[in-house]
Amino acid sequence: MAVDTLFAPATAAPSRPSPKPTPRWRNRESLTAWLFILPSLIGFLVFTAGPVVAAGVISLLDWNLFSPPSWAGLRNFARLGPDPTFWSALGNTVYFTFLSVPLTILVSLALALLLNLGLRRVAVFRSLLLLPYATITVAVAFVWIWLYIPHDGLVNAVLGVFGINGPAWLIDDNWAMPALVVMSVWKSFGFGMVVFLAGLQAIPQQLYEAARVDGSSAWQSFRSVTLPMLSPALFFVVVTSIIGSFQVFDQALIMTNGGPGSRTTTLVMYIYRTGFENYDQGYAAAQSLVLFAFIVVITAAQFLLQRRLVHYDN
Amino acid sequence: MTTEAMPLAGNKVLIRKLVVFACFLVTAVTLIPVVMMILVAFQSDAESMAARPSFWPSSWHPENLTRAFELVPLGRYLLNTVIFAGGTTLLETVTAALAAYAFARLNFPGRSWLFGVYLATLMIPSQVTLIPQFVLVAKLHGIDTWSGMILPHAFTAIGVFLLRQFFLGIPRDYEEAARLDGANRWQAFIRVIVPLAVPAIATLAVFKFIGQWNNLLWPLIISNSDATRTASVGLQVFQDTNGTQWNLLLMAATVTTVPLIIVFFLTQRWFVRGITMSGLGGR
Repeated sequence: MAVDTLFAPATAAPSRPSPKPTPRWRNRESLTAWLFILPSLIGFLVFTAGPVVAAGVISLLDWNLFSPPSWAGLRNFARLGPDPTFWSALGNTVYFTFLSVPLTILVSLALALLLNLGLRRVAVFRSLLLLPYATITVAVAFVWIWLYIPHDGLVNAVLGVFGINGPAWLIDDNWAMPALVVMSVWKSFGFGMVVFLAGLQAIPQQLYEAARVDGSSAWQSFRSVTLPMLSPALFFVVVTSIIGSFQVFDQALIMTNGGPGSRTTTLVMYIYRTGFENYDQGYAAAQSLVLFAFIVVITAAQFLLQRRLVHYDN
Repeated sequence: MTTEAMPLAGNKVLIRKLVVFACFLVTAVTLIPVVMMILVAFQSDAESMAARPSFWPSSWHPENLTRAFELVPLGRYLLNTVIFAGGTTLLETVTAALAAYAFARLNFPGRSWLFGVYLATLMIPSQVTLIPQFVLVAKLHGIDTWSGMILPHAFTAIGVFLLRQFFLGIPRDYEEAARLDGANRWQAFIRVIVPLAVPAIATLAVFKFIGQWNNLLWPLIISNSDATRTASVGLQVFQDTNGTQWNLLLMAATVTTVPLIIVFFLTQRWFVRGITMSGLGGR
C-alpha cells in the first residue's frame, strides 16, 4: 500500500515514451520467459497435461497393469450401458448433488446474512464457523459415524427429546445418503459462507437506503437489492459445489463404504474400485471420462443460464 | 427478521440480542462434532464402547493419547503428511510463481496458446488423471516413494492461473523503475514482484497445504507402507484394524486434526482471502 502511494504520480504521468523493444531484446525476452516457465511446464506436461491425453488412450485399452495392454476400441464405453453398478453409482451421485448443493447454499447464505447483520465480533464467529471446512475429512467422518450410532447415538438422542424415533442412519437403505449429505453440508458450508459474506459486504449501503426511501420492506429489498448484487457470488458457489459433489468420495468410503448394499456407492468410488481393486484400468479410465463429460455439460448449461440470471455491474 | 438495516428504533436492542444469541447457537451446534471428537477421545474403553454412548467422559483418560500412538505410528504419519503437503505446496508455489510471471509480463511466441493449454486442464476432475498418473508412477517405480507421492500433485494449472491474475494487477511501473536501475528480469521478479505478491503466494500456499493434508485418494493408492503413509490413510488403516474402539479411534482423529486446526487459525487471514479471491474471481 505504501509503495502504491509512493509511485502513484508516476502512473499518472501522461506522455512517457513507451519502450520500443529491439529484436535482440525480444529474443532475450523469450529466452528469459522460457526459463521462467520451464520448471512448471515440464511438470505440467508430464503429470497433468500428459495424463489427460493418456486417459483417453487408456480408455481404449484392455489393461490390468500386469499383462501387456490390448486394444479394446470403444468396448469400455459400451460396457457402461448394461452395467447396473455404474448406473446406480451415477444415480447416487446425482441424488447426493441434488440434496447437498441446495442445502449447502441455503445454510451458507443464511449464516452469511446472519453474520452481516452488524455484529461486532463477526471475525470470531466467521472463524469458528469456518472450522469444519479446515478439518480432515477422514477424521471428522469418524465422529459422524459416532454421532449417527443407531438407537442411542447423539443425533437420535436429540431427536428423541422431540419425540422422534430416529432411523439407523448409515445402515438404513433410505437414510444413509441423507446422513452423508448432512455431514458433507456441515463440512463444506464455510466456503460459501465466506464468499457470500464478502459479497454482502461489497454491496453499497446507498442501494438499501434508496430501497427504503422507495418504501421497500426487508423482504423486498432482499429480493431487489441483495439477491441481484449477490448473484455472481451465488453462481460461483453453485458451480463449484456441483463440481465438488460430483466428486464425492472420502466420506462415503469411510462412513458407509458405499453401503448399505450399493446405496451410497458414488461414481468416484466406483472408479476407484474398478481401477484399484479390480485392476480394470481401461474401464476405470472410461468411467472417469464419462464423469468429466457430465461435469462439462452441467457447467456449460449453468454458464448458459447465467446470462439470464446473474447480474453483473459494469 | 432477515437482511440489513430495518431500524425500528424500539426493537433495535432486542433484535441485536437475538442476533447475538442466534450466532452463539449456530456456532455451538456447528462445533459439536469437533468437541465430541475430543471428549470421546478421553473416555475409558468401557464407556466409549458401551451400547449406550455417553457424551461427557465420566472419568478422563489422557493415557489414551500414548495408547493411540502405540497402536499405529501416528507420529510417523503426521511427519509424512507434513512432508507430502509441504512438498507439494513448496514445489507448486515456486514453479507456479515463476511461470505466472512469464505469462503475465514477458512476451514470447506461443504465450497465449500455451496459457490456453494450462487453462484447458482447470476444469478436468482429478479422477481423470488419477489412472494415468498411477500407471506413470508405477512404471517409473515410484510407488511408495516421496517423488511418486509429491510430483504428480505439484504442477496443477490453478496455481499458475491465480498468481498470473494477481501479477497482472501489479502496475508495470514498479518493475520498470527497478529495470531502469539496471535490474534484470530475475532481479525485478525477486525484488519487486515477489514481495508485492506475498499475500497471493501465501494464499495459494495455505490452500494447497490444507487441501493436500486432506488428500485421501492419491496417498491411498501410492503409499503402501508406513514410510510414506499419511494421516488420512493412516486413520483409514486404524479404522480397519481397530474397529470401533471409539476412544482410541477418535483420539487418533484428534491428533491428526489438531495440527491442521492450528495451521488454519494461524493462517486464516490468507485462507479467508483466498476463498473470497476465488469467489469474486467468478465475476
